Amino acid sequence: MKMNEELKNTLLGPLSKNNPISVQVLGICSALAVTVEMKPALVMGVSVMIIVALSNVVISLIRNTIPNSVRIIVQLVVVAALVTVVSEFLKAFAFDVSVQLSVYIGLIITNCILMGRLEAFAMANKPWASFLDGLGNGLGYAIILVVTAFFRELFGSGSLLGYRIVPQSWYEAGYVDNGLMMLPSMALILLACIIWVHRAVDKELQEK
Amino acid sequence: MNFIKKIIDRVKPTFSEGGKLAKLHSLFDAVETFLVVPNETTKNGVHIHDAIDSKRTMFTVIIALIPAMLFGMWNVGYQHFIAIGQEVGFFAEFAFGFLAVLPILLVSYIVGLGIEIVAAQIRKEEVAEGYFVTGFLIPMIVPIDTPLWMVAVATAFAVIFAKEVFGGTGYNIFNVALITRAFLFFAYPTAMSGDAVWVRTRDAFWWGAGEAVDGFSGATPLGQIGVAETSTPAFHDIMGNPIGFWDAFIGWIPGSVGETSTLAILLGAIVLIVTGVASWKIMLSVFGGGAFMALIFNLWGPDTAIAHLPWYEHLVLGGFAFGAVFMATDPVTAARTETGKWIYGFLIGVMAVIIRVLNPGYPEGMMLAILLMNVFGCLIDWFVVQANIKKRLKRVNSK
Repeated sequence: MKMNEELKNTLLGPLSKNNPISVQVLGICSALAVTVEMKPALVMGVSVMIIVALSNVVISLIRNTIPNSVRIIVQLVVVAALVTVVSEFLKAFAFDVSVQLSVYIGLIITNCILMGRLEAFAMANKPWASFLDGLGNGLGYAIILVVTAFFRELFGSGSLLGYRIVPQSWYEAGYVDNGLMMLPSMALILLACIIWVHRAVDKELQEK
Repeated sequence: MNFIKKIIDRVKPTFSEGGKLAKLHSLFDAVETFLVVPNETTKNGVHIHDAIDSKRTMFTVIIALIPAMLFGMWNVGYQHFIAIGQEVGFFAEFAFGFLAVLPILLVSYIVGLGIEIVAAQIRKEEVAEGYFVTGFLIPMIVPIDTPLWMVAVATAFAVIFAKEVFGGTGYNIFNVALITRAFLFFAYPTAMSGDAVWVRTRDAFWWGAGEAVDGFSGATPLGQIGVAETSTPAFHDIMGNPIGFWDAFIGWIPGSVGETSTLAILLGAIVLIVTGVASWKIMLSVFGGGAFMALIFNLWGPDTAIAHLPWYEHLVLGGFAFGAVFMATDPVTAARTETGKWIYGFLIGVMAVIIRVLNPGYPEGMMLAILLMNVFGCLIDWFVVQANIKKRLKRVNSK
């Protein structure tokens, strides 16, 4: 029973109390870059989730055989292989989105969340726990991305997932989409707002 | 006055703690301190205050802004009736401009003060006076045709994110009015630039409607020079008549509401300097920096029209004078040390002209220059203070 509780924390902790973006403030760069619209944000979130989970498993399996002095290189090789697979997959089956995401799929290799989880968790835990940890962190990352993208796409282009939400009659009445939402600076302010709300709700996160 | 005092004293318990309307105590405080001096003594800390508190300072700034505001209102009407080809006389022009500017002023105050009161309520503080100037500045630095809902959104954004999250009046890093304008500029660029927004061609409160006459062009001088080829074009007003330095100095040209008239702005500057509210060092060094950089571009600049613009034209066009007198001198965001003020102002002038000349996307650089230097204000102060400490240490050690 105790074991189960721990595993549950490993999976669900990163969604809120230990969120990689809003609490650990990692992976901000990609969160600003891919959240102009919901679709690329979703794809990016899922890609990161798959890559973190799988690389966590792989590294956890071989954690006892990796020499300590070259562990970063080994981790990078594993991540790079998975990133390449995901990138090729996207190019084959979702070419439009992969064009929109451009270099950011490739740059998952340098995402701090990945290296952080590998170093902090997978190197010291069993494969199943590592898998759940990767899944949870990827999900926590994806949630923040999607929430940010929701507001940016709604107010920046008046649509969600490409479907028009703001009716044409509003535009004729003088409504204008907010161009600042399309700029990364506004994404940073939105992230700050998410962190603000998160901390206001979860009192444990507030500094004394 | 006694009459007002009696009413306030009678309703005060209702708004105090335990009273029926205690939730609205911030609103009550705001009205009370606006009308009378509250009958409260300091309970701890400093007991002797200067008579010139922040309320009086703010009021002096408002008085200094009034010439530019009145001129701006008249100019709105003046440009409007030229554009629709009617002659109505001075007072009708002013009345039209007044009616056109009034809604923006009201929206700015209602939205901004509303947020201030809510924030003060949450923090359990008094409502600070800081917004009175900001709310007055906002309608002066936007084009007259800015839709009111955009003003409301931008004001709310600026007051919340540039002021309240940093701790309210006196703690903001950036000039709140300029953040409002920057938000409008980046969020709704079509409503803030181009040549269709600076002169009102529609009516104000169903009055003064008309069609723009043939040959009308609402481009500002800086807008005109932005699209010019290599040599400096002769500026022209909205009907194509040539205008020169003195027209721009007096200010009967299209532009943001309160920023066109360098003359009216200088009147305000005199008020600010005589009362000691704003720093003459910052004003002078902004103009100096702008002139210096413009001269450099004249001598070695790229071969574009705006690089050839003489230095004295830079100082009277666009928002340069308004920014130098009313925005750069904002005591909260500017440098505080005396040497720092010279550096701070000079760099604002330099940056404004650099942005104007080198970035074709931004025909006006004053807003961005001041916001940029707001960030560096504290850093400049730090270096000035450190230099002073070092100098004095040397004196001690040499003995």
